[in-house]
Amino acid sequence: MSRPQHLLSVTDLGVDGIEEVLRVAESFAEVERRSVPKVPTLRGKVVATLFFEESTRTRLSFETAAKRLSADVLSLAVATSSVKKGESLRDTVETVEALGIDALIIRHSSSGAPHQVARWARRARVINAGDGWHEHPTQALLDLFTVRQVLAERKGASPEELGVDCFEGLRVLIVGDIRHSRVARSEVLAYGALGAKVTLAAPGSLLPPSLEGWPVTVAADFDAALADADVVSLLRLQAERGSGTFVPSLREYTAGWGLTARRVDLLGDDAIVTHPGPMVRGVEIASDVADMPRTVVTQQVSNGVAVRMAILFLLLGGEWPGEARVD
Amino acid sequence: MAERERSHTRPLGGVFVAHSQVLSAADVHRALTRMSHEVIERNGGLEDVILVGLQTGGVPLATKMAESMAQIEGGELALGTLDVAFYRDDIGLRPVLPEAVTNIPVDLAGKVVILVDDVLFTGRTIRAALNALNDFGRARSVQLAVMVDRGHRELPIRPDYVGKNLPTSREEMVDVGDDGVWIGTLESK
Repeated sequence: MSRPQHLLSVTDLGVDGIEEVLRVAESFAEVERRSVPKVPTLRGKVVATLFFEESTRTRLSFETAAKRLSADVLSLAVATSSVKKGESLRDTVETVEALGIDALIIRHSSSGAPHQVARWARRARVINAGDGWHEHPTQALLDLFTVRQVLAERKGASPEELGVDCFEGLRVLIVGDIRHSRVARSEVLAYGALGAKVTLAAPGSLLPPSLEGWPVTVAADFDAALADADVVSLLRLQAERGSGTFVPSLREYTAGWGLTARRVDLLGDDAIVTHPGPMVRGVEIASDVADMPRTVVTQQVSNGVAVRMAILFLLLGGEWPGEARVD
Repeated sequence: MAERERSHTRPLGGVFVAHSQVLSAADVHRALTRMSHEVIERNGGLEDVILVGLQTGGVPLATKMAESMAQIEGGELALGTLDVAFYRDDIGLRPVLPEAVTNIPVDLAGKVVILVDDVLFTGRTIRAALNALNDFGRARSVQLAVMVDRGHRELPIRPDYVGKNLPTSREEMVDVGDDGVWIGTLESK
């Protein structure tokens, strides 16, 4: 396995890469449980977050991760930057590169923007923190990490012992605005790569225009699909990407596709509910359901830091298994 | 070098080829028993003592020493494991792979920590381990037990308890396993 230069898509990692990320993240999760949750691993490295789109969780999570690795963190607030004066993305990247930055964490409303930045970057590693409708790889990885953690806890085993075999045949149901969701795309790729059986459930208008080449099936009956799911991944209706116009009304959406108190009863006893956040209570998830123990949203947020530490470590400091040794 | 690194490193990577045996399994057992006695003697018992095995080679040795010390003195002994990958000074210079999750079960403040490793070579792993231990509290003292001291130190570090002093050349490899201690070389696969 060769070390990916950048993390733009889940496919940059492959199965071995995903396994390595989950494994290393387990070590960082231990670091987080310490009374001093900080290690000197990336001392002297500079990590910059470039968010052209709003975010709470992802930005805080990346910055926490970088700081716990002792990297220096620069965060560019686009609203107060020269972007507002009309500076192009390319010039912004040039500037950041000239400052000697080692990793660029980028979120952009245009699909493919991080790919473009990666082509321009000479030194910096680029990490995609969400680009338009395209991908959000770290979110998918932390979903896998969280699901494995829950499965391991139930078995009384360590997540390491489970490896990635626990995803083989796992029935994952992704529900909601799949058309506009970068999380859904990354999840399909990640769960799919590890042999999970992924099913999509959404109103026809919120399914992608084409599912060709996707290793998924589309649920004919949402209620029946819930009964068959080990993991339910709920997505937010992306109002900022115009999903409002794809459904007749929010109430109708909730009635047809929301995880309501009635629908929770259809779930198997062991089914896990994930949500990438931000949750819109009362729309895709009922408020009571959001607070149930099987809903692991808070765990996902905590795990996000460990998983992003692993990504930063592997891109900036660590070595990948099988990498040629430079003596 | 630890197991995962060894198997993943190229072109050196790959297989340890043993040339000669230095200690038999029974010799290792006897050395561990002697070192256990030495630790107890020096610290006047087991009070506040915690054994910390370094991943991965030091962990089985620490486990065996803990058993033997508990047998000698009675009572239970705290046992931890430590992975120093995140504290290494050669990150980016050579493959650094976290081996396993660290587990230090108690706050180290005021404790006597016995670090246990299989082979003491450059001393850089121990330097990293000392930094790592610091993050778990201020130990009263830290002592070092190794099965083999093979020389070639690059830092001012010395062991307190040694199974065997073994002069080696830099190119050689020392392997401590269930079947004793062997000296050999790493051959590419």
